[in-house]
Amino acid sequence: MAETHSLQDMRQQAAVAAKVFIQRDYTNGTVCQFQTKFPSELETRLDKQQFEETVRTLNNLYAEAEKLGSQSYIEGCLACLTAYTVFLCMETHYEKVLKKITKYIQEQNDKIYAPRGLLLTDPIERGLRVVSCTSVSVLAGIYSFLSSLSHVSTGTWILSQTLSSCVDRGHHLRRQKPD
Amino acid sequence: MSAVMITRKVRKWEKLPGKNTFCCDGRVMMARQKGVFYLTLFLIVGTCSLFFAFECPYLAVHLSPTIPVFAIVLFLFVLAMLLRTSFSDPGVLPRALQEEATFIEMEIEAANGNVPAGQRPPPRIRNVQINNQIVKLKYCYTCKIFRPPRASHCSICDNCVDRFDHHCPWVGNCVGKRNYRYFYLFTLSLSLLTIYIFTFDIVHVVMRSVDNGFLNTLKETPGTVLEVLVCFFTLWSVVGLTGFHTYLLSLNQTTNEDIKGSWSGKNRVQNPYSHKNIIKNCCEVLCGPTYPSVLDRRGLTQEDLPVPVASAAPSSSSSSSSPVPQTTKTKAPLIPNKRTPDDAKPSIAASAQKSPSPKEENPPAPKAPPLASPEMDVETSINKDKTH
Repeated sequence: MAETHSLQDMRQQAAVAAKVFIQRDYTNGTVCQFQTKFPSELETRLDKQQFEETVRTLNNLYAEAEKLGSQSYIEGCLACLTAYTVFLCMETHYEKVLKKITKYIQEQNDKIYAPRGLLLTDPIERGLRVVSCTSVSVLAGIYSFLSSLSHVSTGTWILSQTLSSCVDRGHHLRRQKPD
Repeated sequence: MSAVMITRKVRKWEKLPGKNTFCCDGRVMMARQKGVFYLTLFLIVGTCSLFFAFECPYLAVHLSPTIPVFAIVLFLFVLAMLLRTSFSDPGVLPRALQEEATFIEMEIEAANGNVPAGQRPPPRIRNVQINNQIVKLKYCYTCKIFRPPRASHCSICDNCVDRFDHHCPWVGNCVGKRNYRYFYLFTLSLSLLTIYIFTFDIVHVVMRSVDNGFLNTLKETPGTVLEVLVCFFTLWSVVGLTGFHTYLLSLNQTTNEDIKGSWSGKNRVQNPYSHKNIIKNCCEVLCGPTYPSVLDRRGLTQEDLPVPVASAAPSSSSSSSSPVPQTTKTKAPLIPNKRTPDDAKPSIAASAQKSPSPKEENPPAPKAPPLASPEMDVETSINKDKTH
């Protein structure tokens, strides 16, 4: 969990990194489903089966959230009778499933994606339009390179300052040396 | 010259693009023009108050006390539905962030191939197959996304709305996926309320006229005349609207699709979203799951405000680039939908900032929302940024 948080911090601080966007699949209508097609950019990083498994589970969870069954009808009718004031105290079925989805994505990130240097974002943060997969190892590489550069440059600067002050002192002493 | 960077936490609604007004710290979301909404509210509350004042005492005594009780219940239901329609997020789709927009652009370029110089590039359309019908998805240049099916861009609110029905000035908001059922129930209950009040006005006048005479009745209860007038004109429009929306509901169509004639005509595609069953269509829209808002209005995000410290002489370069007025340093301006050009100026002491994709047009004059009181925590971490 701490690892994921630090990864998220790195993600926030870096600029544009390698990202892949998994788009929506509209073949069954406006229900929230994502395409299970394996993107070519991830071929070297990730196993195709695992990716498809993740997306398929996500699709099933969204289908469960939007299912038109007896539960949703009862919830709808009850809410209508109370002029929808019941939602002030109760959470809707959809929101409950969304929480499940967030937990699932975090779990997947911790178990499968973070060890491979990837990070999945929850599609609710993008308006349920895309699932974005960020390449975190690129970020980590850039970040560590930049930070090491800054260390090197600071070290060089200190060294140069020390050297120049020594040289100045040397000149000063030589001038003061009596003939 | 030194500039002080104040990092403050803002609610995300303050940074949302689009022409919406937000109240109660992001809990309420409406369009900018609210005048007609106030008129609707006034007409409903005014007419009902007259009914309770003039008709109800007489009818409760002479006919039945359940008449005013039912009227109150209906009135409260109408108000609840109206406020729910007006104040909720209709299903606004957030705009694409920079990386997503760039990714889509790259995909479009790849799909179009090389366009010879002087020729216009082909329109940005994506074809998808829904229930064995081909549906075209259009690209939205403002939001930089391919609109999902049934979504449309509302020019009044400047947002893409999912399952866009229409923008209703009476309600002061767009009607979309999330608030269509409340809108429908509002028109239905308002029709019932109007018919109810109209009927009992007539009954009341008739009953009184039998005892006192017609003209005397009108003199005793002048409110009745006003009510009858309002109800008469409202009846035609609201009942007609309810009938129209019942028709659309049974076919699982939106007003937008009906106006454009998307599914009508011989050579056109048949509606791929309809279940071909009236009851199923109605149940899906009215009793289906309640979709949550994908706009995180009340989430917190960081904002960096470079506030130049006027020590010796104010440097023109830093002050001209900053949109924050120099008079307010401790209290940041309370402006909704203000797009600060944070992306143009990369802040060195940058913490997380979630900025929406930069808009091409200039932001309109800022307007303070009514009833708003955003919680602003001015972070104590002040980074001194010395610029020579």
